[in-house]
Amino acid sequence: MQNTSLQFKKQVTIKLADVRLQDALSRLQSRFVGGRAAVISEIHDLEETRIAAAAIRDHALNNLDYWLQHFEQQATARGAIVHWAETGDDVNRIVTEIAALHNVKTAAKSKSMVSEECGLNDALEEAGVAVMETDLGEYILQLAHEAPSHIVAPVVHKNKEEIADLFAEKHHTPRKTDIAELCREAREILRPAFLNADMGISGANFLIAETGSALIVTNEGNGRLVTTLPRVHVAITGIEKVVPTLEDVTTLLRLLPRSATGQSITNYVSVLTGTKKPEDHDGPEHFHIILLDNGRSSLIGGDMQEMLRCIRCGACMNHCPVYQNIGGHAYGWVYPGPMGSILTPVLGGIENSPDLPNASTLCGACAVVCPVKIPLPDLLRKLREKQMQLGMKSRQETFMLKAWAWLALHPRLYAKATAIGVRMLKLIGGNKKLIHTLPGAGGWTDGRDFPAPAGKTFRELYQQGKHK
Amino acid sequence: MRVGLFVTCLVDAVRPRIGFATIKLLEAAGCEVTVPAQQTCCGQPGYNAGDRKSAVALARKFLNEFEAFDYVVVPSGSCAGMIRVHYPDVLRDDPALLARITALGQRTYELTDFLTHIAMPENIPGKFKGTLTYHDSCSGLRELNIYNQPRVLLANMADVKISEMVESTTCCGFGGTFSVKYGELSTRMADNKCRHITDTHASAIVGGDLGCLLNIEGRLRRNGDHTTRVLHIAEALSGLDEEAP
Repeated sequence: MQNTSLQFKKQVTIKLADVRLQDALSRLQSRFVGGRAAVISEIHDLEETRIAAAAIRDHALNNLDYWLQHFEQQATARGAIVHWAETGDDVNRIVTEIAALHNVKTAAKSKSMVSEECGLNDALEEAGVAVMETDLGEYILQLAHEAPSHIVAPVVHKNKEEIADLFAEKHHTPRKTDIAELCREAREILRPAFLNADMGISGANFLIAETGSALIVTNEGNGRLVTTLPRVHVAITGIEKVVPTLEDVTTLLRLLPRSATGQSITNYVSVLTGTKKPEDHDGPEHFHIILLDNGRSSLIGGDMQEMLRCIRCGACMNHCPVYQNIGGHAYGWVYPGPMGSILTPVLGGIENSPDLPNASTLCGACAVVCPVKIPLPDLLRKLREKQMQLGMKSRQETFMLKAWAWLALHPRLYAKATAIGVRMLKLIGGNKKLIHTLPGAGGWTDGRDFPAPAGKTFRELYQQGKHK
Repeated sequence: MRVGLFVTCLVDAVRPRIGFATIKLLEAAGCEVTVPAQQTCCGQPGYNAGDRKSAVALARKFLNEFEAFDYVVVPSGSCAGMIRVHYPDVLRDDPALLARITALGQRTYELTDFLTHIAMPENIPGKFKGTLTYHDSCSGLRELNIYNQPRVLLANMADVKISEMVESTTCCGFGGTFSVKYGELSTRMADNKCRHITDTHASAIVGGDLGCLLNIEGRLRRNGDHTTRVLHIAEALSGLDEEAP
């Protein structure tokens, strides 16, 4: 997927004015913030569980080479074939080669954000393979030719009316707005796709090294159909998703659904291990697992490694006041919200996303809910430091920051400068004591009045003995 | 108990009354208050914008000016959080300074945290009468766990009723330079906050951080609300909430 995060500021303006989007986003909080709050307290030792989960992820990442090789050995021993992909293009090439090898004409796909990184659907279509997204949200987006705006609820930016219009247009059926009827209509189209697909494509929430398994959590059941019915199954995920044992996964699974969708557990937890055996009722004859790097390994051992702990629950974006007001598309790449504001510049080049690390108040709501305790605000701040070191900040901003710091280190001049400043601001404020426009701070005064200072600094008044 | 008051640059320049209100409360709690004259800014604007170097210099300056006190009190969760939580990161490369700043950080308190945990005044001198609503500023809330402290103190004022707004813990959109760089987005966040404030029908919105309060007041006034009062918790508690004579 192309990174368009250079357009962030322009997109913010558009998204803030998008009435339908704002309506859709207004429901996000009760559904996801309220949903998480309702079930997270079921974990009576929540903080200890988060610490344990972070430790499991850290251990896997600190020994990533070992656990990935172990995973490959175990998966291979059970009949799977593991492929290593450095870039998204490599993933696309490997999948199209697998498709050609097995004479695949149609593929059914369950949700995979990693495949969005690669732009896999377009590559397959180009190679003559018809792909159908089978996650309801992803299916809607495929019909609409749109990208997901949320990693868990990809179609959260659309309301029921838009989906009703879309189905009527694309399915050539009478328009219906009842949600159950809309789902039934989608199901009638998707069912034959599962049964006829030559290849199933899925992601993987975790890779389990001790058994060589790929694990997926889903709610609609499409994931299980896609990974068991077609004769070829391709699972695509990032290299950082490996954990050592099944027991490790149980700790992470206590947190993932609760943090993501406010469920104690998802409807389905599928542990996909090896190919179909003679005694098995179902399962793929060929099981390919593609592990994508796409820049991830460059974070190992560096000051952004903690980001690789991420288990893709989406709680950071659900709780982010910036995401809540602009939605996911404004962020310009696959991953929105706080996690995206880090992953996009880190994986796609810091120079290509100058706004993302800065478009946060560092309010910290994301870090409080992160199930694996990623210090998201600290990582955003580190990216800002990198921008400063690379000279990416505007000359004006750098000058203002340096000038302020210099002044703050020279108290006598500081006292004089602030004394003059507050007198001027008081004058500008006038009788109403409000400043309507402030040169150099238009971003502030376009939407707000600045309450004018009293006209003398605390320092002056204190020295005059005003408090006695 | 010798307390050093760190006034904060924003209070110093924009609303000095908060500084005097803080002194009044601390003295009511029996503290001997000193205001080091050389103090300026804690360096958070630069630190949060990626200018680590300046933050290092200002952290050292703070350490030298305040290390001698039993406690340091700050009428801002944001600046107190900078000192307590972030200064150790700022000075991480110098073990000797790191140990000293960590120790000083442990003695540094946001005002309401100090009043509830270290020195509670016998009487809260505040004169405010009526309904108010409280905004929980992000740094104080999430870095210093300040939530109950201001509410406990306000509950000591006989004529005050607190009407909680929905989402009192959601960011108001200030975020320092964020509010200038992403003004439109920041304004929308402030708008949401103002709507929640207005819905409570409180006559005053009270908070513990002047930055957030200026942001909220700025949006309320631009929207034509000239009656809802916007007060710092120190003003409300001290009774110094009227215009100085």
